[in-house]
Amino acid sequence: MLSKRLIVCLDVRDGKVTKGVQFKGNVEVGEPVAMAEEYYRQGVDELVFYDITASAEGRPIDIEMVREVARRIFIPFSVGGGIRNLDDMRQVLLAGAEKVSVNSLAVREPEIISDGARAFGNQCIVLGMDALEVEAGEKIPSGYEIVVKGGRERTGIDMLEWAKRAEELGAGEICLNSINADGTRDGYELTATRMVSRAVEIPVIASGGAGTSEHLARVLTEGEADAALIASMVHFLGFTIPGIKSDLAAEGIRVRLETGGGPAS
Amino acid sequence: MIAVLDYDAGNLTSVACAVRHLGHEPEITRDPEVVRSADRVIFPGVGAAGSSMATLEKLGLADALRDVHSAGRPILGICIGCQVAFSRSEEDGGTDCLGLLQGEAVRFSFAEGVDRKVPHMGWNEVRFGGPHAVLEGIPAGSQFYFVHSYHVVPAEPALVLGTASYGGIDFTAAVARDNLVAVQFHAEKSGPAGLKLLENFLEWSP
Repeated sequence: MLSKRLIVCLDVRDGKVTKGVQFKGNVEVGEPVAMAEEYYRQGVDELVFYDITASAEGRPIDIEMVREVARRIFIPFSVGGGIRNLDDMRQVLLAGAEKVSVNSLAVREPEIISDGARAFGNQCIVLGMDALEVEAGEKIPSGYEIVVKGGRERTGIDMLEWAKRAEELGAGEICLNSINADGTRDGYELTATRMVSRAVEIPVIASGGAGTSEHLARVLTEGEADAALIASMVHFLGFTIPGIKSDLAAEGIRVRLETGGGPAS
Repeated sequence: MIAVLDYDAGNLTSVACAVRHLGHEPEITRDPEVVRSADRVIFPGVGAAGSSMATLEKLGLADALRDVHSAGRPILGICIGCQVAFSRSEEDGGTDCLGLLQGEAVRFSFAEGVDRKVPHMGWNEVRFGGPHAVLEGIPAGSQFYFVHSYHVVPAEPALVLGTASYGGIDFTAAVARDNLVAVQFHAEKSGPAGLKLLENFLEWSP
């Protein structure tokens, strides 16, 4: 039986991992490669590197960092945040990433999803989407609107319409981040996650709001997510990957309990 | 020399990184003569059976693999490499494959009322059937990372080395015969259990 995945997100700025509340006031927490290795040793299932400054400053992704991660950890990882075109995707995948994640770019140029899927396979393309809870209406029937630029800009696109469109275009996975929940540590947005999980066939990763193992357990059951993404819990709150996984296992959720094991060489 | 086949089927970097991590320098190649002279061959890949076979034939790698296979040198197929080692795949309207093993790759098909996502993507437990050199030191219950929409159905049950379950079906996740081992999961991305399998393969004398 397939396990639910636990994914750690590393937001990288100027070569350091940062994590802030609702995309503001980021504080530095560590070296990305060293942190990736530590989470790998703890038995994380997957990692996401999100170059949060790349899109704002128009800088390409730090390919050398991607190569270094590929040399040291032997689980899937994805890279996002600074992907501008197919060539950027190719570089990241050739450097050893399993997947690339697109968010704002796909809103502006949806064909990047289909072009990427055709060139590299659907499984490589993760659509990241930031959803903001709004009053449900004719334009936004789901009550969740897609926003870009870290939540600063509304798009007028309904979350479910975008999720279905992305799947049709060939996205292999959707990472749904709730702008309302992000950084709050009060729990994931269960309703939006469940709505997207039911609307598409591709796996859905829940993101934003994790503060306790119970939050993960709820989004993986009630929220019907295939995977849960965390950051603060392990970056600052003292949780460990084996600790979270054994909490999930105790709730009857199937997880991978092996750990990385052995010293890094 | 360890040859890693490069036939435009992606993720060679991951395989090369894992082999280097285990202390060997792989030769990433698309030259059939280099493949023929290799001590062992890793045949990785993601993608579709049709385009993979077309490229293997075009580059002369299909015959090189058959030669390495009949010469008795170790071959490890991974993911699409596992599928095209068989006689045929349903993918792309039916594709004739390498025929190193008898059987077919078929798309996941679940019983009425079973609603499971395809591709099967993520970590799943592989139950290994018997002792084999490549399995030494891998704990029972180990999980491996999969991404695939097709799975192999060997013509003979004796080929099956490991099975996994998804959507109520048990499918073949690893096969072995003589000097050939092939796995549906990505050993190079399956953490310590996957690395152990690769390490065992690199030291295996069938």
